[in-house]
Amino acid sequence: MSLPATRSPELKTNPSHMKFEKLRGTFGYSLTILSVFIILLAVISIYIFVFSKGLSTFFVDKLHLWDFLSGTEWNPTRSEEAGGPVFGVFAFIYGSFVVTFLAAAIAAPIGIGSAIFMTEIAPKWGRKLLQPVVELLVGIPSVVYGFTGLTLLVPFIREHIGGLGFSLLAGVIVLSIMILPTITSISVDTLLTVSPEIKAGSYALGATRWQTIWRLIMRASAPGFVTAVIFGMARAFGEALAVQMVIGNSKRMPTSLLDPGSTITSVITMNMGNTVPGTLENNVLWSLALILLLMSTVFIFAVRLIGQRGRLMS
Amino acid sequence: MAELKEARDAARYHIAPEGKTVLNVRRLNLFYGKKQALFGVDLDVYKGEVLALIGPSGCGKSTFLRTLNRLNDLIDGVRIEGEVLWHGENIYGEGQDLIEIRKRIGMVFQRPNPFPLSIYDNIAYGPRIHGIKDRKRLDEIVERSLTQAALWDEVKDRLHASALGLSGGQQQRLVIARVLAVEPEIVLMDEPTSALDPISTSRIEELIGMLKKRYTIVIVTHNMQQAARISDRTAFFLNGYLIEVAPTPVLFQTPQKKETEDYITGRFG
Ligand SMILES: Nc1ncnc2c1ncn2[C@@H]1O[C@H](COP(=O)(O)OP(=O)(O)OP(=O)(O)O)[C@@H](O)[C@H]1O
Ligand SMILES: [Mg+2]
Repeated sequence: MSLPATRSPELKTNPSHMKFEKLRGTFGYSLTILSVFIILLAVISIYIFVFSKGLSTFFVDKLHLWDFLSGTEWNPTRSEEAGGPVFGVFAFIYGSFVVTFLAAAIAAPIGIGSAIFMTEIAPKWGRKLLQPVVELLVGIPSVVYGFTGLTLLVPFIREHIGGLGFSLLAGVIVLSIMILPTITSISVDTLLTVSPEIKAGSYALGATRWQTIWRLIMRASAPGFVTAVIFGMARAFGEALAVQMVIGNSKRMPTSLLDPGSTITSVITMNMGNTVPGTLENNVLWSLALILLLMSTVFIFAVRLIGQRGRLMS
Repeated sequence: MAELKEARDAARYHIAPEGKTVLNVRRLNLFYGKKQALFGVDLDVYKGEVLALIGPSGCGKSTFLRTLNRLNDLIDGVRIEGEVLWHGENIYGEGQDLIEIRKRIGMVFQRPNPFPLSIYDNIAYGPRIHGIKDRKRLDEIVERSLTQAALWDEVKDRLHASALGLSGGQQQRLVIARVLAVEPEIVLMDEPTSALDPISTSRIEELIGMLKKRYTIVIVTHNMQQAARISDRTAFFLNGYLIEVAPTPVLFQTPQKKETEDYITGRFG
């Protein structure tokens, strides 16, 4: 498409070339506008679609929102005598939150710790060695994490800790490994923005390296760390496949970490193939999808908010 | 005139009145890897003076300044020969307390480098790392340091606001206050006004005039007028060599070396 730059002196004065350039500018402009438009359209359609499907559970099928959210019994095939199908999803919401928060609680210190190691403690070989490892971990497909968890982790838990092995705990561990690279790489980026001048200022006051790391670099990077953890949590909250492979997919309310359970995502992937569109059972899955959509919206807004406050600081 | 001659002799032969020098630099060589940046520098710093370091870009002024608080230690591959005696003891000698050295020989950088913390926490940073926890004492130190740096009145109502919201000139005074908070004896300044506007610059110069009553100041400056305005003595560096050091009026009026004369008359640099 593009003409060699070296020829442009003569061509620039050529009116037909000018016209062509102008046209090309207009074309490029339209193309970018079109791309933006497509993205917006896709996002808006997804929101409209999920909202209309997800809300019809309550407006068309007249399920009570509160019963749906707080109910702990899930039985789509309960007989009419027993009161008909019942859809309480509290156990799944609970499962999602427990698994997400615990995974973040495990991955955050490890991720931030290795980020500090890579940038502050051994910036030369630490980064050379760990950066590729982190990138590798990001690239591994979730089915591989799930499969490995299923083959190694589940039997390990069964034999050495207790229970069936399929459990919230297995989900937590698999997820924490999956979100570790996300947290690490965002933390590394944050740490790299702390300027050498600021560090020199700390050393020049007589601070040791540890004091500089703890009292200055960590504090200056705190908003970035929070962002990193929220991104990790967003990933954990939305992950379906790997979790579904190790969590046991029990519909009952788990009472311990060793109990099997379900998450919002795992319920959707487990059931979507078995329901007929338009039925209550199918709509309920859309309501769960709506919860996921709302949660990821919350995560994004949280990240934006923190980003803004971080910018105000610097 | 006699006074002038005496001062010149004192400077030329590094004769300091007994007990009046705080730093004696002896035969200092510095290498960045294989590249030598300082060549056999001999220089004394007198107690309570403002010593200006001038010279063309790249002549080693900053490098020299950083040898005085061992900040070059942070740079990989730096090798230093010779001695920097601080009250008679070589700071590069064995068993020297690096923390004490940096605490008592403070440094202000070319670009204001406030920490991304509140104004209060910036000032309290130094005292805190040196073990002061008591809130009352920290409050006192913050107020005293900011007052000494002529910033207190401007910031006393927003001590807990971010330091990054201050203007460049205010930030530089904040950084000076942060150094004063750890009670240094010597304050090193590397072109502290080169990133500032003229009004902020003159405020910093005024401040330096006030600070010399309590502190010894070594200041790098690109600006010969500034050296003339604020310093007691001036040292001229060229290509890693200390060419000449003399009381400031002497150096500017009757330089002894041709290189110095060329530089101050603007023939190069
Ligand atoms: N970290 C470093 N690694 C290698 N060489 C360096 C380093 N810092 C400075 N130098 C070199 O040492 C010499 C002296 O540099 P220095 O920064 O001390 O000069 P300066 O007099 O402060 O210059 P300026 O007026 O531009 O600030 C220069 O040749 C410079 O390139
Ligand atoms: Mg310099």
